Amino acid sequence: MIPNTAMRPTRDGYVEGLLAAGERSPRVVVLDGDVGRSTGVIAFGDRFPDRYWNLGIAEQNIAGHAAGLALEGFIPFYSTYAVFAVGRALDQIRTAVCGMGLPVRIGGAHGGTSVGPDGGTHQALEDIAQTRALPGMTVLVPADANQTREAVLASLEIPGPVYIRYGRNPVPSIYGVGSRIAPGKGNLLREGRDLAIVACGAMVGAALEAAEVLHGMGIEASVIDMVSVKPLDESLLMEVTGGVQGVVTAEDHQAAGGLGGAVAEFLAENRPLPMRILGVPDRFGESGDPGELLGQYMLSSHGISRAAIDLMRPRK
Amino acid sequence: MVSQADRPGPDGLAESRCRLVRRRIVEMIHRAGSGHPGGSLSCVEILVVLYCEVMRHDPGNPSWEGRDRFVLSKGHAAPALYAILALCGYFPEEELFTLRRFGSRLQGHPHRQSLPGLDCSTGSLGQGLSMAAGMALALKLKGSDSRVFCLMGDGELQEGSVWEAAMSAPKLGLSNLKVVVDLNGVQLDGPTSGIMPLEPLEEKWRTFRWRVERVDGHSPSELCRALRRTEPEPTIILAETVKGKGVSFMEGDCLWHGRAPNREELDTALRELS
Repeated sequence: MIPNTAMRPTRDGYVEGLLAAGERSPRVVVLDGDVGRSTGVIAFGDRFPDRYWNLGIAEQNIAGHAAGLALEGFIPFYSTYAVFAVGRALDQIRTAVCGMGLPVRIGGAHGGTSVGPDGGTHQALEDIAQTRALPGMTVLVPADANQTREAVLASLEIPGPVYIRYGRNPVPSIYGVGSRIAPGKGNLLREGRDLAIVACGAMVGAALEAAEVLHGMGIEASVIDMVSVKPLDESLLMEVTGGVQGVVTAEDHQAAGGLGGAVAEFLAENRPLPMRILGVPDRFGESGDPGELLGQYMLSSHGISRAAIDLMRPRK
Repeated sequence: MVSQADRPGPDGLAESRCRLVRRRIVEMIHRAGSGHPGGSLSCVEILVVLYCEVMRHDPGNPSWEGRDRFVLSKGHAAPALYAILALCGYFPEEELFTLRRFGSRLQGHPHRQSLPGLDCSTGSLGQGLSMAAGMALALKLKGSDSRVFCLMGDGELQEGSVWEAAMSAPKLGLSNLKVVVDLNGVQLDGPTSGIMPLEPLEEKWRTFRWRVERVDGHSPSELCRALRRTEPEPTIILAETVKGKGVSFMEGDCLWHGRAPNREELDTALRELS
């Protein structure tokens, strides 16, 4: 881990990854849904015009084309806003892409509240739950631009479908270029014996800050970046949660069905522990600065440390 | 491989094949206890012409790169497709009667990974055309001269995603994409014209920049001629058919969209198809 305070949106890393993937394999093709200028994915079309198609605002058709291209041996990336990439084409993703186990890569842009001012219609807050429930789907939620780049490149080696969720808002850089990423592997960013904080995406930076605050209060927290929400890094969870008093999860997503749900499902069966699942509490989004929106749901370093302190309080 | 030259083309041979396929369909569905006879019986000539006259394929080498691809967008007509695949020799005929059973390779709707000869899984209506277009695009990209044939139902034209694909295929210049619509005019709940009218279909597809032709979907020679034409734009053939064709009490009746014949009904059907 290379400490770096520069702030960059994860979408920059997605585009860098796509360009590198295009160089690496002639089988990489990209389908766009009229958001190429917004996501930056149009850069792939500029570099590889024969392997890029903008199919307009028609996500179901894009997902179907991606399935068809994958059936013929290509590695299609289809990229549009996460809320539509997944939600609008969910049946195609389920039946065609996952049903046939095809190597389609879905790039979900503007994940979570990162598209703040656009409001609830454009904030993807259910996409992790939707993709995680699909058999055979790998779900990657990278925390910074470099990790997003590596997620795109790592996806080339994954045989089945992959969902990569990224965001528009600048987030702190955590990883250096070339940091390894693999399905089923999380990263232990900080070790602590008292509790474990498991986060993904934009909340990883906040989790690291929270752990630092807690350290000042005498509470030692481990921080796991669970970039691979599915498959979950179960062995890392077992390793880190041995002896802790509880687990806090944090994600820019509904509290139901996402990372917190995945961790809770695993721990309930293998090592039941008190948990706090931080996420959007069964509500639709609204307009606002992403920081303001996340703050009201306690999705901040402050919120995470508050939840951790609450968890450490002796039970009656 | 089955080459064009090996295939006798007279309607007489096609007719006997179609009769055999229809007998298999009603028997398979009867034995399974469920299934979709109406929409399977309506597309028999279309499938027989495709598999016995038009498409390049090799039952001995189902994943031969040079084959033409086929997508059964109306996946509920799986019994018809299975019967033809067995007729071509993709798998033993006895296996047809495992349809819809636990552990069978003959899933209720076509499942690509289960059975040799299937290029694509289908069953959720309105998805096939987009996948067929994606395959056609991929074949162009690979410089292949293989074509993609896609059989759709008329009811599924009510799905919005069909029209998304209708828009994109001409943009992508998919001259290697050939679509047939089994225009049997009846869907699960009743006549298509009453549930959600589709006509005028020629005009609709033409304005989307497709080459459109309307044919008698039970005439092997008309189907054959239409399917063999080469055109610079994607082609759609509106094949007028009768739902439940060949079994008098099933013809045109939406109740036979998804119902299995009992023993007595099967016997009557087989008598009519002999």
